[in-house]
Amino acid sequence: MSIRVIIGEGSCGIAAGAGKVRTAIKALLQEKEPFVLGSTGCIGMCFLEPIVDIYEDKTLVRRLVKVTADDAAAIVEAARTGDLSKVDSITISDDDAEFLSRQTRIALRHCGLIDPTSLDDYRAADGYRALEKVLKTMTPEQVIEEIKTSGLAGRGGAGFPTWFKWNAARQSEATPKYLICNADEGDPGAFMDRAVIESDPHNLIEGMLIGAYAIGASEMIVYVRAEYPLAIVHLTEAIEQAKKANLLGENILGTGFSCDMRIKAGAGAFVCGEETALIESLEGKRGMPRLKPPFPAQKGYFDQPSNINNVETFANVAWILNNGGEAFAAMGTENSKGTKVFALTGKIKKGGLVEIPMGKTLRDVIFGIGGGIRGGKEFKAVQMGGPSGGCIPADLLDTVIDYKALGATGAIMGSGGMVVMDESTCMVGMAKFFLDFTADESCGKCVPCRIGTKRMQEILTRIVNGEGKEGDIELLEELCLGIKDGALCGLGQTAPNPVLTTIRYFRHEYEAHIRDKKCPAKECPALRTYSIDPDKCKGCTMCAKKCPANAITGEKKQPHVIDANLCIRCDQCRSNCKFDAIIVE
Amino acid sequence: MSCNCNCSGPKSDLSLLKDVLDRYAGERGSLIAILQKAQEIYGYLPKDVMYHIAEKIGSTPAEVMGVATFYSQFRLTPIGKYLIMSCQGTACHVNGSERISAAISAYLGIENGQTTEDGLFTLEHVACLGCCSLAPVIMINGEAHGNLTPESVINILKDIRKKEGVEA
Repeated sequence: MSIRVIIGEGSCGIAAGAGKVRTAIKALLQEKEPFVLGSTGCIGMCFLEPIVDIYEDKTLVRRLVKVTADDAAAIVEAARTGDLSKVDSITISDDDAEFLSRQTRIALRHCGLIDPTSLDDYRAADGYRALEKVLKTMTPEQVIEEIKTSGLAGRGGAGFPTWFKWNAARQSEATPKYLICNADEGDPGAFMDRAVIESDPHNLIEGMLIGAYAIGASEMIVYVRAEYPLAIVHLTEAIEQAKKANLLGENILGTGFSCDMRIKAGAGAFVCGEETALIESLEGKRGMPRLKPPFPAQKGYFDQPSNINNVETFANVAWILNNGGEAFAAMGTENSKGTKVFALTGKIKKGGLVEIPMGKTLRDVIFGIGGGIRGGKEFKAVQMGGPSGGCIPADLLDTVIDYKALGATGAIMGSGGMVVMDESTCMVGMAKFFLDFTADESCGKCVPCRIGTKRMQEILTRIVNGEGKEGDIELLEELCLGIKDGALCGLGQTAPNPVLTTIRYFRHEYEAHIRDKKCPAKECPALRTYSIDPDKCKGCTMCAKKCPANAITGEKKQPHVIDANLCIRCDQCRSNCKFDAIIVE
Repeated sequence: MSCNCNCSGPKSDLSLLKDVLDRYAGERGSLIAILQKAQEIYGYLPKDVMYHIAEKIGSTPAEVMGVATFYSQFRLTPIGKYLIMSCQGTACHVNGSERISAAISAYLGIENGQTTEDGLFTLEHVACLGCCSLAPVIMINGEAHGNLTPESVINILKDIRKKEGVEA
């Protein structure tokens, strides 16, 4: 029996301290140990990081959570002796383990289970079997047909049928053709693509190779965010391994099919998620969208036929070819097949990556898997689709997850960001947050987006500053419709969605800001004042010590006072007061 | 090759760029990659460096400047020893990133994009860092710090100042 101790070392794990855990364990190791220390990617249970798994042969016998360097001795002892009771105190609870057992994993099927830097690990998990089958026994048309049967649609947000894009690129006669992967994951609050590349890079390569064969591409390019250094390292390494194993390059697996792959690091521009802007950026230019048609399938990268899909879309491809399109289509709803990965974050108890079959409800994800709201507060809304999406309120929690049903709420499926908000989040502030983002990221090519988002941002800014006027809501609505209709690309056309949905579901919050100069969530700093209730204040000096602006004064054991001119409204006094003496209005 | 950009700033050592320019010579669409390498070398993109690149790749200064100002990764001014990237992603926003940024600004006396007078810290607001479950998050020279409060973030900065021998 062989014992393996595997540390989860995705970006989130490292940020939570996985590196310190590794250092501490390594320091205890002697020359010969009866177990091996290994590494894996992101299992997606971010709320429990750092995570260490103990395996006996291929069976997971313990999952240890929130591990610190202090736990190293117990872990080493348990792995040496096989006495797992030594790590009982840090073993995952049954309740938390359900976070994973309630999911259905296809795109994430290897994440957190294999070593992302090992081709052998990937092969042992059925890796590159689909590629071999495709290259040796199927025609490109049959591959496209299988993807059509599966019902796979673009996971980057738009939900366009994948087979249709592949077929259009296949039909284009010009060569060379390019297959491009959009790994620019710009939606703030989404990190599923990063997890796939970091934790299972060969799955992306295999999916892309199958796509390249289907459309007849001779080169593949992955456009990755520069903010994802670990993903770039792992993918670079995987490409080298695949080249050595004759899975990339000339005459792949002796089948006569040749295809190369390279990585282009993005430089930070949200609009580059739009496919024609991405192509401009690949060509070394400012990432500004092109007019369509011609579509990339006809004239894309350097005017050659090109096909662009998102990381998660490719991550499903090898599974579909191994298991059949029908098995994929058996999951989901009438118009949305298969599974979808969501990055569950915000005021949620259990945040992380969730992959579930389409057709589950928002409630299943947020309350079933995510465990509901943190800190005993009330659920207010969930934001889906980032700057292109919208906020869905509590009474629509039973909406099923499919492209059509989510679209009907005014939000979108999007790339999978799911940010949960509680009663303390101001919805006008949320709309302003997204407009700040899109106004900043607007490339400036078309007037409706460049000027329209700026005007909306100005109106929202004055509303949250307590300077809103009657008619502002109507003006916003009018601008929204104009931008939706008039903007050149997806960024502009969807930029009004956060404003439209918050007006639709939380109009009363806008009215409270404009008419009563009040922020119902007590979040907008300009509409919030802090003072101390002299009857409740015991003069413990805690607030004065915590105040980063030195705005609080007072003698010990005497009621303290806040200087409103110095106060930066950081809320430290309120959150640290043991006597509930801070009044926020 | 002397700088012809008429700037009064310090002159950069353009010979450091030779390997990069050789490596990408004749490769179309490589401007962004060249600028990324240049920024690795100089820490930012000095004006004379951009003029030099334009000349070497047969482009115009306007085009190089256009690309450099389009992408958020590129900086046109030098940065401090410690680069504080303060995440402004959605999850961080919902968890109070504004309070974190305000506390940093109040403590260091700099706003987004500025560097402290002693050259120690630069504050940069960035889009999502992708550690959403640890929100609110900042990254200092590549190291992530999560689950911050306005107080804990100041302590992190105080520790750095102490390490650097600056009075907190």
